[in-house]
Amino acid sequence: MTEAPERTVEPFDLPEDPGPRGQVGRPVLRYGGGDRTSGAQRFLADLSFPGALQVALVTIPVGCADILGVDATAARAIPGVVDVVTAADLPSPMPRFGVSHQDRPVLAVERVNYHGEPVAAVVAETLDAAQAAARAVRVDYRELPGAYTLDAALAPGAHLVQDPSIRPGDPAAATNVLEDALYIWGDVAAEEARTAVVVENVYTFPMVTHFPIEPGGTVAVPTDQGGLDVYSPVQHPYLLQRTLASVLGLPLNQVRVFAPDPGGGFGGKQNPKIEPLLAFLALRTRRTCRLVLSLEETFQSMRRAGCRMTARTGFTQNGELTFHQVDADFQIGAYADVAPRVMGKGSYVAAGPYRIPGVRIAARAVMTNTTPSTAFRGFGSPQVAWALESQLDAGARRLGLDGLEIRRRNLVAKGEAFVRGASEATADGEWHQSLEKAAELLGWDQPLAPNRGRGIAVGIKPGATSGLSQSLVRLLCDGSAIVYAGTSDMGQGARTLWQQIVSDELGTPLDQVSVVSGDTGTVPFDLQTSASRSTVFMGSAVLEACRDVRQRVLDLYAESTGVPADQLSERRGTLVTPEGELSLPEAARKALGSLRGEFIGQGTRRLRGKGNHPLGGDAAFYEFNATAIEVEVDRETGELLLTKHVTVSDVGTELNPLQVVSQDEGAAIMGLGHSQMEQLLLDEHGRIRNLGALDYRIPTFKDVPVELITGAVENHDGPGPYGSKGISEGALLCTAGALGAAVAQATGVVIRDLPLTPERVWAAIQTAGTGRHE
Amino acid sequence: MTSARADDHLLDELQTVTLTVNGSRRSVAVPPHRTLLDGLREEVGLPGTKSCCAEGECGACTVLLDGRAVNSCLVLCVEAEGHEVTTIEGLSQDGLTDLQEEFLNAGAVQCGFCIPGQVVAAEYLLRTNPSPSEDEIREGMSGNLCRCAGYQRIVRAVQATAARRSGGDD
Repeated sequence: MTEAPERTVEPFDLPEDPGPRGQVGRPVLRYGGGDRTSGAQRFLADLSFPGALQVALVTIPVGCADILGVDATAARAIPGVVDVVTAADLPSPMPRFGVSHQDRPVLAVERVNYHGEPVAAVVAETLDAAQAAARAVRVDYRELPGAYTLDAALAPGAHLVQDPSIRPGDPAAATNVLEDALYIWGDVAAEEARTAVVVENVYTFPMVTHFPIEPGGTVAVPTDQGGLDVYSPVQHPYLLQRTLASVLGLPLNQVRVFAPDPGGGFGGKQNPKIEPLLAFLALRTRRTCRLVLSLEETFQSMRRAGCRMTARTGFTQNGELTFHQVDADFQIGAYADVAPRVMGKGSYVAAGPYRIPGVRIAARAVMTNTTPSTAFRGFGSPQVAWALESQLDAGARRLGLDGLEIRRRNLVAKGEAFVRGASEATADGEWHQSLEKAAELLGWDQPLAPNRGRGIAVGIKPGATSGLSQSLVRLLCDGSAIVYAGTSDMGQGARTLWQQIVSDELGTPLDQVSVVSGDTGTVPFDLQTSASRSTVFMGSAVLEACRDVRQRVLDLYAESTGVPADQLSERRGTLVTPEGELSLPEAARKALGSLRGEFIGQGTRRLRGKGNHPLGGDAAFYEFNATAIEVEVDRETGELLLTKHVTVSDVGTELNPLQVVSQDEGAAIMGLGHSQMEQLLLDEHGRIRNLGALDYRIPTFKDVPVELITGAVENHDGPGPYGSKGISEGALLCTAGALGAAVAQATGVVIRDLPLTPERVWAAIQTAGTGRHE
Repeated sequence: MTSARADDHLLDELQTVTLTVNGSRRSVAVPPHRTLLDGLREEVGLPGTKSCCAEGECGACTVLLDGRAVNSCLVLCVEAEGHEVTTIEGLSQDGLTDLQEEFLNAGAVQCGFCIPGQVVAAEYLLRTNPSPSEDEIREGMSGNLCRCAGYQRIVRAVQATAARRSGGDD
């Protein structure tokens, strides 16, 4: 925490040649796309492990209970069952792990803290036997009055989700508040005194689940060295390696993590979950142990924190914001995972990208007996944006302004601070351009048909606040190249970008650049694949590795040919010699000569944090998005038809426009999920009522807006290669606010609870018809 | 055996099922509860067909059964006795099809996990309706979920394929 800042991420390479950039900037088709399309891509569940033991988890049908005993007699009698493992079979005290608090046990110890928490694991020769035996394990338990809601968790005398001994010395250990955050600047009271209009409202954002189409899973293979090879489709293989080494007491080199491409991650596959259990099972049985979760079990292992926000916001008569005060309670789960950081980082931008003189943000991470919440695309920003953007529209309606105008009057200019106080943050983009472009693409000023409404909103999310990515690039003697980059390619298309960068920087044809990832045994360290960081961090490391290769080519060329090094120079794809220019691959061939061999370049991108910063450091960049939606409301059914949906992101530079569009469309539709239909519902026993694809609805083909338009603003002002920024989350940050405003305009009814289901919209219209509305 | 349980029968009673997979006759010995999805993946050795929801909602496991698109998680192996199954591997036997190429060109392929099912469903749609409208594509594909939400890209891919197959130049 006291590390001094070393260097921030400097803009690497503002394009000195604004003309064609070779492969970078082109819609290059996805690296690995052919295998993904033909079915040849091997995801975790497709990997073959002959002779592997199959694992099934034992759970109980309540969300909170004391475990009185586990009787595995009948289970063990089932042919093929090798072992039934409970907490008693694991080291004592039970090893615990977690990224923000080491609170999560490998198996439940004495108490189940959420519906689906594994109590025991069955290991058997076949999956049929494992599953039959798991059903035959008898767990005696006493149900407890779990804290399943924010109200229950915050009530006096509430059931304590976490054993207070987990965080000794913390005065809040006797409450369900795990962490809190407070951001204050200006003088709210003084600002209120000059305020013309104050709006005060309560907003809720639902718990939603990631629903990757590939469910989770892990395979653990014991090695003859006493270590483990672990296969898991994780976003953070190096974190998993470190976690397993720590839990097992092994050196890092004895834990090799293979990370097959995740079939969708969205944040849910970042942090370790069942991997430590599989590791113990493999070491205990000395056999390969395999567990592929069901979709239901996947629901029970990841979700987004729900949030309840009370907001008071003031405006001058001209619509200028004077103050914003918000209390946000994030409903995290039974274990911390990374949820406290979601709360802290999300609430950091709870006053948005606006110029607000007085701000007070108070947020809490409240534990409940529910699925541990974790990172999920947007990382806390969509929640706070729902409240803030709705407040802007509430103010606009009171002042007779429209949604576009009130944002124009408050959005900060580039370089202007939007977070003030000790941890100031300034706008790193021309964000007005995105707002205006979104309005223009929607046709903001066009006449509106009956029962239709429009809304526009903006969203902001801090990028990574620290990071380290290392990469190797090998230029082989025939001019082809191999990139080693630890970014997990879960659909964002990272490898395609590395291919483009290397092709341009080394002059190697695109189809002669391959990428190796997903193996901690061969690929250098990468902190993580999260926060839309990889373009900036790993992209810069790959770029630096290419430049290292070029320098090495120059040096060896000088040595091999006798041309003095000071008469040589290199630039993108080219070696310049006194006799003329050579393509870099050609220069490399000459330099390597008859012994052949290769050049190995190394690149590192490091952003150290700041010890005194509430986020641990300044964000390397901000994702900024403007979304504008036109909706038609069926007043008889409450159904919403999105006639037009526009999303514009501030991207710096589009390294691959096709991938930017894919990510933006995907994020926009995912945003419609939590805005329109998605929510995890619990019963009085803390069980997820809509557990599974049948009852938990996500957007389908039929939910795509009639017109879905994405736009990008490019000012080449990002810290990544060629002025790029990260882009993968922007388009869902403010979907809800735009949709809510559109529905309000169409119906005259304001709804402050998500999702805007037909039932909820219909009910609101009915209530309004009886005379109760804003 | 005093420990006999109601579901012990699940662990034995293998039945031999003979079916045609991607043009080849295959015989597999499976218990009666084995789904076609699991049979294809585990017994026939064709893991291109993906498993997600296991209850017929997501479409990741879509295959052609006698030429019709079905969720293979809702079909038992024993029900496929004597029938013809085409999987994503079968569609790709001679390299990528025009449809698969258009998926790539449109940027429809992100994480890729749902894509085999999407491709099979889209192939079925185009065989039964060679020039579908956008609404018909959305309707016809609505049983296939994509959490990367490449839906609009997939619609474009299907439209482009329909245009190619009709001989139209774009």
